[in-house]
Amino acid sequence: MNLLASSATDHRGLTMTLFGVFVLATLGITVWAGRQTKDAADFYAGGRAFSGFQNGLAISGDYMSAASFLGIAGAIALFGYDGFLYSIGFLVAWLVALLLVAEPLRNSGRYTMADVLAFRMRQRPVRTAAGISTIVVSIFYLLAQMVGAGSLVALLLGVSGDGAKRWTIVAVGALMVLYVAIGGMKGTTWVQIVKAVLLIAGTALMTVLVLAKYHFNLSSLLGAAADASGKANAFLEPGLKYGATGTSKLDFLSLGLALVLGTAGLPHILVRFYTVPTAKAARKSVLWAIGIIGGFYLMTLALGFGAAALVGPKAIKAANAAGNTAAPQLAEKLGGGAGTTGGAVLLAVISAVAFATILAVVAGLTLASSASFAHDLYANVIRRGKVSEREEVHVAKWAAAGIGAVAIVLSLFADKLNTAALVALAFAVAASANLPTLLYSLFWKRFNTVGAVSSVYAGLISSVVLVLFSPVVSGAKNSLFPHSDFHWFPLENPGLVSIPVGFLAGWVGTVLARREADPAKYAELEVRSLTGLGAH
Amino acid sequence: MESPPITTAPSETQVIEESAEFRTLRRSFRSFAFPVTIGFVVWYLLYVLLSGYAPALMATKVVGHLNIALVLGLLQFVSTFAIAAWYARYADRRIDPSAAAIREARGAVVRAPREAAE
Repeated sequence: MNLLASSATDHRGLTMTLFGVFVLATLGITVWAGRQTKDAADFYAGGRAFSGFQNGLAISGDYMSAASFLGIAGAIALFGYDGFLYSIGFLVAWLVALLLVAEPLRNSGRYTMADVLAFRMRQRPVRTAAGISTIVVSIFYLLAQMVGAGSLVALLLGVSGDGAKRWTIVAVGALMVLYVAIGGMKGTTWVQIVKAVLLIAGTALMTVLVLAKYHFNLSSLLGAAADASGKANAFLEPGLKYGATGTSKLDFLSLGLALVLGTAGLPHILVRFYTVPTAKAARKSVLWAIGIIGGFYLMTLALGFGAAALVGPKAIKAANAAGNTAAPQLAEKLGGGAGTTGGAVLLAVISAVAFATILAVVAGLTLASSASFAHDLYANVIRRGKVSEREEVHVAKWAAAGIGAVAIVLSLFADKLNTAALVALAFAVAASANLPTLLYSLFWKRFNTVGAVSSVYAGLISSVVLVLFSPVVSGAKNSLFPHSDFHWFPLENPGLVSIPVGFLAGWVGTVLARREADPAKYAELEVRSLTGLGAH
Repeated sequence: MESPPITTAPSETQVIEESAEFRTLRRSFRSFAFPVTIGFVVWYLLYVLLSGYAPALMATKVVGHLNIALVLGLLQFVSTFAIAAWYARYADRRIDPSAAAIREARGAVVRAPREAAE
């Protein structure tokens, strides 16, 4: 804690003020957006009135979590090249969304991912499966963000102890429920847009400051980072994090697969495509998102290597063993160092940006999961579609409060969980349960209800069970239960096994089903998804 | 609130689905999206596998402190941007016009459910 704690008192007031300004501004936007929200299309899809550029920013704001801002910068600062591997998977994944998912989804769905999965199937079983998988993925992701937020904000404010952590989790949970229940998709989208702009501005400023120190020569920045790391050239080569054993190499392959196939199956990302009026606008939003997210990850490279060179791994590890505070520490250094006004100001600004980042992501997750609860599970499964839009939106708002409460309670108990593992798990479930079902639904004529239900449940159950019996939960030093050992699956990430299982189950279920797919419904889906005829 | 109903008999979308224009549209979309997806996934996995299993090759210096691993990583960024731009151009020229033509020709047959409800 030394570096941050020493100057924490200098910047704490300023940081708190900036946090407060952000919260007030976003709540103002939320109330304004709430007044514009009249019907279900406004609440779930922001009236489908955002432009491709606005949605591209919002997608970036939804996607670039604190895990990527702080986690990747920290991983690069500590593990060099291997930290960089993460960001490549996170970026390449967007091509799957661009080429295969965004446009057909925009045309054929209405409010949730399940709209597309259930389009040509029997509604109740497929909506149930897709709703459950949406909520499970979102809750894992939400837990990761909130647990991370708890320790992070406490660290950034320089307050220690479990009390501060708990209050942070409760406050973040309450805010996300307010954003969603009052502002719906309009409010959430604007919060994400504001956050994306702040995050890009903050990282760009730091990147320029880092590069200026090395006369904009990438090679000398890399050299300085390698020298300061104490690992010389190995710091710039693969292997420091994942190269130790055969298992860790396989684990990395598994993670890489989950990252690249998971993004296009994350429900909170998919619902963003409903906020634009046409498929072409959905395509434009992904193009903007690829540009923004790609630029951002390139900048994290400078931040990570800059933190290694300027702050040094020893100081980073002393503040947080996982390296999560490398970026704020670098900000303090770039501003002039601990104890200087410049250092305190830049540290406060970057801390506030990190806080904004967390809030925008958790709001998106809460919205996607409560929308799926209300629209899929309540309106279409429990009430079999006999419910007014007004009542459905009402249920969605209460669901947001319910999911918020569940997430707060789980986060309070799960604060020992490794947040990176939780995010990786969310991606693995999305890649194993959601993506196969989505791709088969859109592109395979024979795919039927049994196939859809099989691929969702097989992907979901196999990934969760494999993680349960992996070193993430037991049998290793940093497991959830370090003192017991019931693990038999060697990898931390289940993707390598569970993704093929999801695809295979969808195929087997389809082939074995007695009731064949309805060709007329497929024609409807295919024509709508490619031309937009009949789209909402 | 089941999957949105259409106002025409299903056979009419099937007629569109089997029309020559629609087949051309489907072919232009799939013949781009499917092979390119396979291509970039293989290219990405190749990079991941090289990072895991060929560290010596990846450590080879190219310029200054820049080694093959970093260059290949940066090339993943370049290829992602390039494929995105390529698809944007392709969709503008080959997909959007034929989708719009089908919409115009058949729009009267399949109405949006929202209009139908009103």
